[in-house]
Amino acid sequence: MFPTSFTYHRAQSIEDAVAVLEQNPDAKILAGGHSLIPAMKLRLAAPETLVDIGRIAELRTIKVDADIHIGAMVTYNEIRDHMELATLFPILPEAINVVGDQQVRARGTLGGAIAHADPAADLTAVFHALNGRISATGPSGEREIAADDVFVDLWTTSLEPNELLTTIVIPRPAPGTKMAYAKHSHPASGYAVVGVAVVLEMSHGSVSDARVVITGATSTPTRATGVEAALNGKNLTSTTIADAASRASVDLEINGDTYASEEYRAHLVNVMTRNALEQAAAR
Amino acid sequence: MSSTEVNTRHRVTMTVNGQERVADVEPRTLLVHFLRDCLGLTGTHVGCDTSQCGACVVNVDGITTKSCTMFAVQCDGSNVQTIEGLSGTGSYHPVQEGFWEKHGLQCGYCTPGMIMSSVALLERNPNPTEDEIRHGLEGNLCRCTGYQNIVRAVQYAAEKMQKEPFSAD
Repeated sequence: MFPTSFTYHRAQSIEDAVAVLEQNPDAKILAGGHSLIPAMKLRLAAPETLVDIGRIAELRTIKVDADIHIGAMVTYNEIRDHMELATLFPILPEAINVVGDQQVRARGTLGGAIAHADPAADLTAVFHALNGRISATGPSGEREIAADDVFVDLWTTSLEPNELLTTIVIPRPAPGTKMAYAKHSHPASGYAVVGVAVVLEMSHGSVSDARVVITGATSTPTRATGVEAALNGKNLTSTTIADAASRASVDLEINGDTYASEEYRAHLVNVMTRNALEQAAAR
Repeated sequence: MSSTEVNTRHRVTMTVNGQERVADVEPRTLLVHFLRDCLGLTGTHVGCDTSQCGACVVNVDGITTKSCTMFAVQCDGSNVQTIEGLSGTGSYHPVQEGFWEKHGLQCGYCTPGMIMSSVALLERNPNPTEDEIRHGLEGNLCRCTGYQNIVRAVQYAAEKMQKEPFSAD
């Protein structure tokens, strides 16, 4: 299967990429390509221009400071194999190991997952639960967008067409923060039918700040605010977990399809939330 | 490579199985078609063509890659290894030998990709458990074998390579 014809531009720098985006309103960024190229082959996407950011060295770095900066071209495997990151964020290797397959993880990028905003992606929820933000460069300079403001709708983010996502920024977790990702995978595609990322900041044995994010069931990764409220200030007992998880699907706009109806997905949201909370509590 | 004219062909140079190859390609040419149609390396197969089945797996700059999910222009300057470049002179790679010894195939269509993925898996993890082998090969589909003998083939290769690391020379 061939995509429609397009013009190829290998960007030499971030500025070069942004300049091409500015001149070509129908251009798309090519990063790992593992969502975009399949979509182009199926003619679901037919960009006139591709801007390949694969050789921009500064987008391939990971910096661990007060915040953690992950370049837009860093692959899933590079994140998973980064010892310091894996220690700070055990949720990252846990979630990455259930993304796609060996080849997807070798080429796919966290930046691409966020910019593509597939409703069944895994790492969008993890990024959101970790209270991350993205840094984007456009013609008028750089800006940061908080996770709460990144995802707009199915495959839609608040990035402008002439902006390049350059860096994912994740705040260093408070000591003792518990986190986990639980997923019910589609048996054929491996995508998340439901995925739940939980990040629980702890203080003296009780939850001080919970972030619980649902993916797969909803159009965008969505915070389960009822679950968060039911956890804050509580010890992570099995009763608290069961009670909090039972609120996960309340108030969510859940999508159904031929594999999983709305009702079944709502049930799975509660079950996967309980699993994720139990996994986090056990750490 | 900075031309932005519509549909311009791009000159790409890549090292494929140790040999430098140069060709002019359309940007939309997928790596798998470049390998098969331009270079005649038909050992790399097209199975599903939707990034699922792994029959087209090759190695690009040390990274295991579904060649149906990469454009040839992206590989300009890259080092590519296909199934044809795996064995040494007169000797099979231990993974190829494992697929032979353990009969890790029936029709053979998925085998080149299965072998290339297994090689990548063993480079990362020289002594994998059965679960790790199955997880490492989840991007490769076989319609015939039920995977039992494929797992045995990888175990055979792992054991052999631990005793005697493979060198293609």
